Amino acid sequence: MAKIVVITSGKGGVGKTTTSAAISMGLALKGHKTVVIDFDIGLRNLDIIMNCERRVVFDFVNVIQGDASLNQALIKDKRCDQLYILPASQTRDKDALTRDGVKTILDQLAEQFEYIICDSPAGIEQGAQMALYYADEAIVVTNPEVSSVRDSDRILGILQSKSLRAETGADPVKEHLLITRFDPERVARGEMLTIPDIEEILAVPLLGVVPESQSVLNASNKGMPVVLDEKSDAGQAYLDTVDRFLGEDKPHRFLEAQRKSFFKRVFGG
Amino acid sequence: MAFFDRFRDKEEARSADVARDRLKVIVSHERRQRNAPAYLPAMQRDILAVIEKYVQVDPDQVQVDLNDDGSHSVLEVNVNLPK
Repeated sequence: MAKIVVITSGKGGVGKTTTSAAISMGLALKGHKTVVIDFDIGLRNLDIIMNCERRVVFDFVNVIQGDASLNQALIKDKRCDQLYILPASQTRDKDALTRDGVKTILDQLAEQFEYIICDSPAGIEQGAQMALYYADEAIVVTNPEVSSVRDSDRILGILQSKSLRAETGADPVKEHLLITRFDPERVARGEMLTIPDIEEILAVPLLGVVPESQSVLNASNKGMPVVLDEKSDAGQAYLDTVDRFLGEDKPHRFLEAQRKSFFKRVFGG
Repeated sequence: MAFFDRFRDKEEARSADVARDRLKVIVSHERRQRNAPAYLPAMQRDILAVIEKYVQVDPDQVQVDLNDDGSHSVLEVNVNLPK
């Protein structure tokens, strides 16, 4: 049975697409056949983060409307043969997605793939609701910052009331919390919400913590999912997250501030 | 400089604590609203109208919440009357 996983957040700019790229590549590297779908119709960006923007011929909407077959639209990743990308349309708007159309495609994908990762658009409107509607599990991406935490709670409310699982009374969507752009030094200075604070407020099990890291921008500049940068802290944090998602028991890392030298502690910097 | 920051930190409230406290309040308020029955906003307007017959109050000084503690629900109406 294929698992449908939505990467969502409510708020924009917290790292949904970065996370979608990292988690889907991580799952594929572990040998699980994975497809990642860009649900941000009209504003596609997963393609450029995955370095396949020049290979897009057909998109999600073309397939829904019958202008292309699914296999014509799927782009095979050049770095990992277990990973495929289904890009969003750049010219249509969010109304081009219908529940029936999305269901038909997800059913077809479920025959070929183990994991279907849905990269949600920001917001809580139709596009975001479509991305999460058929989900079995949800990874809620949250920054340690008040507006992001509040919006995550809103999207959790939608998962609990407006998903197919909620509407049909099936087992609820399994929720995971992923905290990104975490800065232990600012936490130590009392300038940033702590992990236990966020866990307590949202009451969702913690799947991973990704530190604020220069490697994320460097990776996206190159169109490389950050998990491929194995030396980077963010890449390692995402790989740990994937392992935990697959059921492994891994301790959280990168939660403590690096010890600074005596001079830095005294004189700053 | 970090050396002097140490003195300053003790005086000011740590902003992360402020963030946590504000979030706890707003998130639990929004959750209650989300799970509230559909008639609650209309009832809130009616309650406000009754109060306004007697005292002039600011609409955001009236808070109506329905709290569910499992066995029963409690309708909580908080009104801050002007002095």
